[in-house]
Amino acid sequence: MSKKISLILRQTCNLIIPAVLLYALYVQFHGDYGPGGGFQAGVIFAAAVILYTLVHGREKAQRIFPASIIRIFVALGLLLYAAVGVITMVMGGNFLDYSVLLHAPQHAQHLGIFVIELGVGVTVAAVMIIIFYALDEYSD
Amino acid sequence: MGIETIINLSLLTLLALSAIVLMRLQNLLAVVLLSGIYSLLSAGLFVSLDAVDVAFTEAAVGAGLTTILLLGAIAIIGKEQTVSRHGKLLPLVVIAITASALIYGTLDMPIFGDPTAPIHAYVAPRYLFQSGEEIGIPNVVTSVLASYRGYDTLGEVAVVFTAAIGVLLLLGKPNK
Repeated sequence: MSKKISLILRQTCNLIIPAVLLYALYVQFHGDYGPGGGFQAGVIFAAAVILYTLVHGREKAQRIFPASIIRIFVALGLLLYAAVGVITMVMGGNFLDYSVLLHAPQHAQHLGIFVIELGVGVTVAAVMIIIFYALDEYSD
Repeated sequence: MGIETIINLSLLTLLALSAIVLMRLQNLLAVVLLSGIYSLLSAGLFVSLDAVDVAFTEAAVGAGLTTILLLGAIAIIGKEQTVSRHGKLLPLVVIAITASALIYGTLDMPIFGDPTAPIHAYVAPRYLFQSGEEIGIPNVVTSVLASYRGYDTLGEVAVVFTAAIGVLLLLGKPNK
């Protein structure tokens, strides 16, 4: 999909991409306080990577985000999420009842939500990137 | 007429218009772009309903990434729709039956914004009044999504994961 792209477009995207990545992290870790969370953050992060792929081509993008590693992250986020559930069960609570993780239930809830949102973000971002890579490779 | 009513009316009119145009379009490129606009309009509607988390997701996923992924799919399948040679009577009957079932279903729904609606009677008050104490984070949507309904969200992530597996099975190249 990536042909020769004009210098102005390329440099503008180079300016935008770091801001988008940073915004994704903000949405990820600020979801407790404002709108946002893992789903939105994952999609925004993936959008930045996809923009980079569109502008600089697949080879260059895959040097930074190799498909083989992204593929591992697809499963890793989901496993992280499920692992939190298993850990709460081992510690004597119900599946995904974060209150048992730490001594103070509120802190434990905070920790649990933080970790599972991270799992959501990782899987969503990796899935979106890997689907785009698959489409991109197939269309050549 | 309040400013909110005007905004809602214009958003709904534009939504209906884009839905009608979507039906009549043959060029898939235009269909994809217009469905992105449709998503963006619904995101605006969600904002005016104070559902900012939903609006955020709709704008990011529906208007943003879905459009890009569908454009990628169009790069593979070509941008002209193949014209169907089937008759139009059977689809019309199916749609008429489905639509009347859906409309019949809405007759039982509570009036929009009704405070005594079932959805406001059971868990919603607990989420709103006690999540601050039980979970301790200000965004109730995150409390519900990640803690009270953590099991459902795990299922959602599994669905997203399955989507990737499906695409890789269909389009992915082995051993890379």
